[in-house]
Amino acid sequence: MGPTEKSPRLLSLTLNGRVRHDAVPDNLLLLDYLREKCGLTGTKQGCDGGECGACTVLVDGRSRLSCITLAAECHDKEVETVEALGASGRMSALQRGFHEKLGSQCGYCTPGMIMASEALLRGNPAPSEDDIRDALGGNICRCTGYVKIIEAVQAAAEELA
Amino acid sequence: MTELLPEFTLLQPGSIDEAIAMYADRDATREAIRYVAGGTDLLVNMRRGIGDPETLISLNGVADLTAVTENSDGSATLGAGVTLAVLIEHSTIMDRYPAVAHAAREIAGPGHRESGTVGGNLCLDTRCVFYNQSLWWRQSNDYCLKYKGDICHVAPKGDFCHAAFSGDLAPVFLVLGVEIEIVGPEGTRRIPLLELYTGDGMDHLTLKPGELLTAVHLPAEPLPALYEKHRVRGAIDFPLAGVAVALSGENGKVETLTIAVTGTNTNPFLVEDLDGFAGSSLDEDDQTRLAEIVQKQVSPMKTTLVQPYGRRRIAGAMARRLAVRLLETA
Repeated sequence: MGPTEKSPRLLSLTLNGRVRHDAVPDNLLLLDYLREKCGLTGTKQGCDGGECGACTVLVDGRSRLSCITLAAECHDKEVETVEALGASGRMSALQRGFHEKLGSQCGYCTPGMIMASEALLRGNPAPSEDDIRDALGGNICRCTGYVKIIEAVQAAAEELA
Repeated sequence: MTELLPEFTLLQPGSIDEAIAMYADRDATREAIRYVAGGTDLLVNMRRGIGDPETLISLNGVADLTAVTENSDGSATLGAGVTLAVLIEHSTIMDRYPAVAHAAREIAGPGHRESGTVGGNLCLDTRCVFYNQSLWWRQSNDYCLKYKGDICHVAPKGDFCHAAFSGDLAPVFLVLGVEIEIVGPEGTRRIPLLELYTGDGMDHLTLKPGELLTAVHLPAEPLPALYEKHRVRGAIDFPLAGVAVALSGENGKVETLTIAVTGTNTNPFLVEDLDGFAGSSLDEDDQTRLAEIVQKQVSPMKTTLVQPYGRRRIAGAMARRLAVRLLETA
C-alpha cells in the first residue's frame, strides 16, 4: 500500500465476528485489506481478475471474489474468511472434509474452495453433486482433478446432517 | 503485494437522483467518471490498466435499483441493480421468465453473480483477445484500436473495432422484446433494448455522459424462450456465441419466431428475415435454412482463441436446436 494523496475513509465492518474500524483508501481491494491490513493471509491471491476463485470470501454470508471487490463497499457488512471456520483449534466439518478426503494437495485454491463450499452448505445443507459442481464453478484447482474436492464437500455435508 | 488499482475517489450515492447529480457535479467526460455496480467487469479492466477514471460512482447503495416489481398489468420491472444471483432465485423470474433465469445462471461463476447486476451485464464492455489482457501484454503489442492504440489487430487494414459484445442477458431480453429505462441529467427515457447498442466495438453504448440504465421492463405475456451459450468451460467463460430463441406455435407449426445472438458481433442483435418461417413445421429443410440464416448474419472475428468459422456454425446449430425444441413443446 503505497502512499496516497487522497485522505482515507473510515471502514467499519464485522470481520470474522469482530467489529473493526480501519482507515482505508478508496481504491483498496477487499483482498488486500484482508491480507495486508488485517494480516489474514488465508485468503489467497490467484489470478487477480476474478477468474480462479482463490480469493473467495463470504460477504453477508454469500460468496464474493475479494480481488474484484472494493473494501470500501463492505462498509457495515459482515465479512468472513477461512480463518473464521475453525474454533478452539478444531477444524470445521468442511476443513476436515478437505483434509481427510484429500481435497487439498498444494493447498493454494483450498481456502477459496472451502469458502465457496461454506456458502453452498449454509443455503443448501444437502447438496447434490451437481449443486456442488455449480457452487464451485468459479473455483479452479490444478492439482486434485476436482473429484476429491467434491467428495470433501459431500463428507462435510454428511457430517453436518 | 497486489498491484493497486489506479487512484480514484469512490462516491456512494443513496438514490438515482443523487447519483445523477454527483455525475453532473463533477462535470467530467465519460472517461474520467464512471458508474460502477458489481465491478466484475470494470474493476478487472482497471486492474489491467484499461481506463483510469478519477471518480467511481458506486450504485450498490442505491436501493431504488434493486427491486423486482410485478406490475398490475402483468408485466414486470427489473431494477438495473438486481444481482444475477437474485435473478436466478427469484420466483417471478423463474416462473414467468425462465429463459432470463437460465441465462443469468450461465453467467460467469457464483461469486461474480453475487455482485454482478442486470444493468452491468447489459452495459458490459465489449471483449477481444487483444484487449482483455494485462497492461504489459498490450503494451508489448502496441495496444489496440479500442484503447490507446492505432490498429485493430483483428482486422489491421480497417479502422473499425471488432471487439465482441459478450453479455448473456441481452439476447434473451431482445427476443422477449424488453424496454429499458434510462435516467440522465435531462430526464428519463424509455427505449427498446436494441437501441442501447451502437454496433461499434470501441464505443458500444448509446448512453450519453451521465446517463444511467435504471430498469428493464419485461412484457406481460412473454413468448416461450430458450437460451444456449457455447463456451470452452462450463463456467466462468464468456460466450463464444450465445443464442436466444422465442417461438410461439400451434398444431406443430410456427406462428412467430424471434432469434437474438450475443458473443459474435460488436452488439447483441435480432436476426432478420425470419418471417418466412410462419406456418413452417420446421422440417429438415427449414431447419437447415434457419441455421444458414443465422450463420450468415453473425459475424464473429478473431476476437477469441476459438476460430470464427466454428463460432459461426455453432450459432446456427444452437438456433436450430432451440427452435425445434420450442416448437415441440409449443
